[in-house]
Amino acid sequence: MSKRVIIPLGPQHPALKEPESFTLYLEGERVAASNVTLGYNHRGIEKACEERSYIQCLYLLERVCGICSHSHTTAFITAAEEVAQLEIPKRAKYIRTLIGELERVHSHLLWVGVAAHEIGFDTLFMYSWRDREVVMDILAMLTGNRVQYSINTLGGVRRDVSDSQKEEILKAIDILEERTKYYIDVVTTETTMMGRLKNVGGLTHEIATKLNALGPLARASGVDRDIRRDDPYLVYDEIPFNVITNDGCDVFGRVVVRALELIESYRIIRYVVKNMPDGDLTVKAPRKLPANEATVRYEAPRGEDLHYVRGNGTEKPERVKLRAPTMANLASISYMLDGGYLADVPIVIAAIDPCFSCTDRAISIKQIDSGREGTLEWNNLRTYSIEWYKNHGFDAHKIKLSR
Amino acid sequence: MLLSLLYIFIFPGILFLSVYGLALEYLDRKLYARFQNRVGPPWFQPFADFMKLMGKEGIIPTHADKTMFKVLPSFAVAAVSVVILYLPIWGTNSLYSFDGDLIVVLYLLTIPTITFFIAGWSSNSLYATIGAVRTITQLFAYEVPLFMSLLGPAILANSWSVSGIAAFYSNNPLMALANIPGFIVAIIAIQGKLERSPFDIPDAETEIVAGPFTEYSGRFLAFFRMAIDIEMIVVASLVAAVFLPFWSTSIGLGIVIYLVKTVFIVFILALIRALMARIRIEQMVNFCWKFLAPLAILQILIDIIIKVLL
Repeated sequence: MSKRVIIPLGPQHPALKEPESFTLYLEGERVAASNVTLGYNHRGIEKACEERSYIQCLYLLERVCGICSHSHTTAFITAAEEVAQLEIPKRAKYIRTLIGELERVHSHLLWVGVAAHEIGFDTLFMYSWRDREVVMDILAMLTGNRVQYSINTLGGVRRDVSDSQKEEILKAIDILEERTKYYIDVVTTETTMMGRLKNVGGLTHEIATKLNALGPLARASGVDRDIRRDDPYLVYDEIPFNVITNDGCDVFGRVVVRALELIESYRIIRYVVKNMPDGDLTVKAPRKLPANEATVRYEAPRGEDLHYVRGNGTEKPERVKLRAPTMANLASISYMLDGGYLADVPIVIAAIDPCFSCTDRAISIKQIDSGREGTLEWNNLRTYSIEWYKNHGFDAHKIKLSR
Repeated sequence: MLLSLLYIFIFPGILFLSVYGLALEYLDRKLYARFQNRVGPPWFQPFADFMKLMGKEGIIPTHADKTMFKVLPSFAVAAVSVVILYLPIWGTNSLYSFDGDLIVVLYLLTIPTITFFIAGWSSNSLYATIGAVRTITQLFAYEVPLFMSLLGPAILANSWSVSGIAAFYSNNPLMALANIPGFIVAIIAIQGKLERSPFDIPDAETEIVAGPFTEYSGRFLAFFRMAIDIEMIVVASLVAAVFLPFWSTSIGLGIVIYLVKTVFIVFILALIRALMARIRIEQMVNFCWKFLAPLAILQILIDIIIKVLL
């Protein structure tokens, strides 16, 4: 038994796009044990939502995640509309679905690039990100923005889709479908990629169910679970589509699932564009929402996104709670890393398509000298920060604001 | 005496090597970028990188072995630069040739890899140590196939000097056709020697940051990068001299042919780099011993059979 070497992968590491700490206990090149530590990027968005009106919350929640911004706002606004018992127009539902699927396309294409980069295949990374620009342009054309679409509003959507835009979408989807088929061909035939992806990061069906894996991660372990079909929201009950599963139980299976999901997304987008009904974009929504609560599940590109909203009769929500998909999938990471190679750690982590900033629940304070760990309450943290600034010569209480 | 100094310092010595090394690095990066549908760097980018690194502060970690940390980059540059003296540039004659210089060349080409290992080891950092161990593991994988692939042509040419081999194949160009398996082995092995994708395992950036060079900065890093650039020229020249039998007696045309040959090899190297994902260290060792080594042995057998038949 060789001596164990402890490798810190993160919070700052080239393999990670966001701060997160993975402590790896290595025996040679193999990972004997691993430890995942959350809490480098907590932003207190849930708390901040309680201070804002529903419309303001929408713009704040859009910033939860840069990739699935539409998922979070749609989940939240659907919950808020349930609280208010609003029925939004059909056309608005179709437009929300359209943006949601375009977002899935751009998220999965981004993921293909990231995964390729993690295994050192930068050519595929560059190609897939170049083609991702096609869908980004479509999103920018439809909403005015590449990332933060801001298309949802309480009671509907803010922008319409014109006929010429529909044609542009269909044209772009044709290009993307052709490119995606090419990438599927590359990934399933290229020897070095197969060597790096097959039998890596194994997660069996039983373990995936037990650890409550979600989204493409679970579907690649043969867990047939998709909120779009199981608990339809928006117009998914009208749209014909298949839920992609794969029994590979490894990273390769996750690549295949995401790639085939892209093809399904193109089908959904074509259907939505062709069958979009006429009608209003919004219904009139009240400013104050009744005392009521709602939970909404939404199939974000990374898995199930859960939003809980409780109103209290005012224009601000009393409680907003969100559970991003990465939170559920993190439990699987430690299991998948154990026993694998150090070289596979980045791709195994990337295979869940992690979004750590969305996930962070709390900040854990670790004192390096004493090694003590703990959390601070909001009030204590506030007192601590005021004291800290006082000790450093800055007293906020002494500032006089000129009127 | 003056001519020797000219050879050592100007051409084909250190000045030519550094300029041509940066040029080949540019070519490699530009080709890599074009294969990836990117624009790529302007022609002076490697030079600008080098000058910028030279001007930066070189930080030496507290726990590192300070003498080794400083000496190793220069040592690597010196070792690879000496190799060019034994390789033919124009014509088939190298500057200082003796029987057995093929062994010396291979020995000198091993030194930079060893310095990378010691550099990583003496940095005393986790990532650098893992990178160092990977460097040395990889050395054991590609070095034997590389040696054996060069052994075959040497047996056929009945010479242990690079100039002798080059002279033999320039007189019998058709004989070089027998060495195609060895050429393939050599190209793949030098891809491993230069630590480029798919064998960029020692400095896999998403796994162990920059491998052995994680703690390096400033002019120390600049010298290491220069050593890698020069290493690329010398291995390309070595492979060109042994496997590509095109020569000219006039100096001017000879140099042009030499440049074309090295650019051709760099083109192949850039193509391989763009086409493949990085493999794992144990896959690399398996591949080198299960496929490259038998192919190299086949090359030796082919050459022995041809020699017996003639």
